[in-house]
Amino acid sequence: MRLEYFQMIDRIVDADRGARRLRAACTIPTESTIFEGHFPGYPLMPGVLLTECMAQTTGWLICMLGDFSAMPFLAGIKEAKFRTLVFPGDALEFEGGIVHEGSGYTIAECKGLRDGAKVCDAELTFRIRPYPSPEFRRAFFEWGRRLNLPVPEFAK
Amino acid sequence: MPDSTTFDKVAEIIAETCDIPRENIKPESHATRDLEIDSLDFLDIAFAIDKAFGIKLPLEQWTQEVNDGKATTDQYFVLKNLSSQIDQLVAAKGA
Repeated sequence: MRLEYFQMIDRIVDADRGARRLRAACTIPTESTIFEGHFPGYPLMPGVLLTECMAQTTGWLICMLGDFSAMPFLAGIKEAKFRTLVFPGDALEFEGGIVHEGSGYTIAECKGLRDGAKVCDAELTFRIRPYPSPEFRRAFFEWGRRLNLPVPEFAK
Repeated sequence: MPDSTTFDKVAEIIAETCDIPRENIKPESHATRDLEIDSLDFLDIAFAIDKAFGIKLPLEQWTQEVNDGKATTDQYFVLKNLSSQIDQLVAAKGA
C-alpha cells in the first residue's frame, strides 16, 4: 500500500467473473505522515482510507467485468461500518461483489478482513463514465494488470 | 394511462429515498424541475425502481436522447411518463 499515492491495493488475490466477486490484499505501511497526525503516539488507519480500500477493490472488479470499457467513479457510500481498530503493519484482505448493475451506475458491496475477521464493510455506488482519454484507459488497464487483475488482452 | 399502482410505487420510492412528503409527489411532477431531485439521488431512485420492478431503467439511453435533442426530459422524468416507461419495460420483460 502506498498511502501517499492513494494506491491502496497491493495485489488482486482472486477474481471470479461468473460470481462477480474479487479479493484484494494489502498491508498497511508501518510508517506514513498520515500516522503522525492520526494520531500522534497512537497511529491508526483512518476509516476514510479503509473506505478507499473498499472503493478500489470494487472499482477494479467493475473494470474487469466491463473489460475496461468505462471507468467507475465513486458516487456514494452507504452503511459504512468500521468494526475494529486497524493499525500500521496490519495485513488486510478486501472482498468485493456486485449488488446491482444499472444503466450508467453500479452498486457494489465490500468488506475488509484481518486474519479472517471483518474489520469494515460498506455499500458503494459508482457512476460509470467514459475514460477521459484512450491513453488514460490504457494506463489504467496496465495498472490493473500489474496488480494481477485477470485481463488477458487490451480490448480496443 | 399507466397503471396507477406503478405511479404509487414510484412515488413511495421517491418519498422514502429523497425524504419528500408523499403528498407533494404528483403524476405531473417533474423529478428534477418540480421535486429538485439531483442526478445522484436519482441513482438511488433508479436502483430502487430496478429492484422493485425487476427491470433496468435505460438511463444512459435516455440521457443520450435528451442530449441529442431527440427527446425532452418531460418524456422520461415527469412521473406519469416515467411510470408509463416502467410499465413498458415490465411488459417487454414478460414478452
